[in-house]
Amino acid sequence: MTLSILLVVSAALFCIGLLAALSRRHAIFILIGIEMMLAAANLNFIAFWRFAPQPQPPTGVMVAIFAIAIAAAEAAVGLAMVIAVYRHFRTTNVDQLDQLKG
Amino acid sequence: MSTVAFAAIAILTLAAALAAATLQKLMHAALCFAVMFVGISAFFFLFGAEFVGLVQIFVYIGAVAVLIVFTILLTRHDVGKVRGFNWSGVVIAVAVFAGLVWAISKTKLVSAPSPRIEPVTVQRIGELLMTNYVWPLQCVGVLLTAALIGALILVMEDKS
Repeated sequence: MTLSILLVVSAALFCIGLLAALSRRHAIFILIGIEMMLAAANLNFIAFWRFAPQPQPPTGVMVAIFAIAIAAAEAAVGLAMVIAVYRHFRTTNVDQLDQLKG
Repeated sequence: MSTVAFAAIAILTLAAALAAATLQKLMHAALCFAVMFVGISAFFFLFGAEFVGLVQIFVYIGAVAVLIVFTILLTRHDVGKVRGFNWSGVVIAVAVFAGLVWAISKTKLVSAPSPRIEPVTVQRIGELLMTNYVWPLQCVGVLLTAALIGALILVMEDKS
């Protein structure tokens, strides 16, 4: 098990998140994709910290904890926005939310 | 750190992520999303970052997955009607993956994890949070409060 294999796994996770965020038409799927991308970045932080020369202050761990907190805030606001948009437009299909189109 | 455990967790995580990204039924996708976070927490346990793994389980499976299920139920009227799939996203995702793998293969990296010298205990993390990281901690507290109030205001019903 090497660092490169782990980085490839986390790159694959990131790209699956990107696929979900770009391809799906449902707003909740887009949020799920963004959460996946954030998780892949967290995985990279932990991996680089673990493979770095020890002893080492746990900087990667601290960054991952803060990233999780910020991702939770993002998810809460994002899902609230989905509910607000659904109430207003009666749809969660992002293709139909084109009111700002010129 | 055994290779077998690593391979099993990697396969579980990637399969669950792929299922969450491609399944048609939103509720199944949300459950696969939770399974994917179990896999990522297992990665964190494997690398000796137990506290982050626990936080991941509490926050994502305990809170975010439940929030997603709640949102699905509240917007249920629409679920099943939104079916489109944009194939250009697949092309972009594959291209980004190819670019990342190319960059990783070109980079010279350390191959073996260093032997563990100092375990990251919760006490150590708490001490760091209260000393070196006290300002980021305060900022995250303010951010979470603002997000809480903002989410409440966004979903509040109009009385008029």
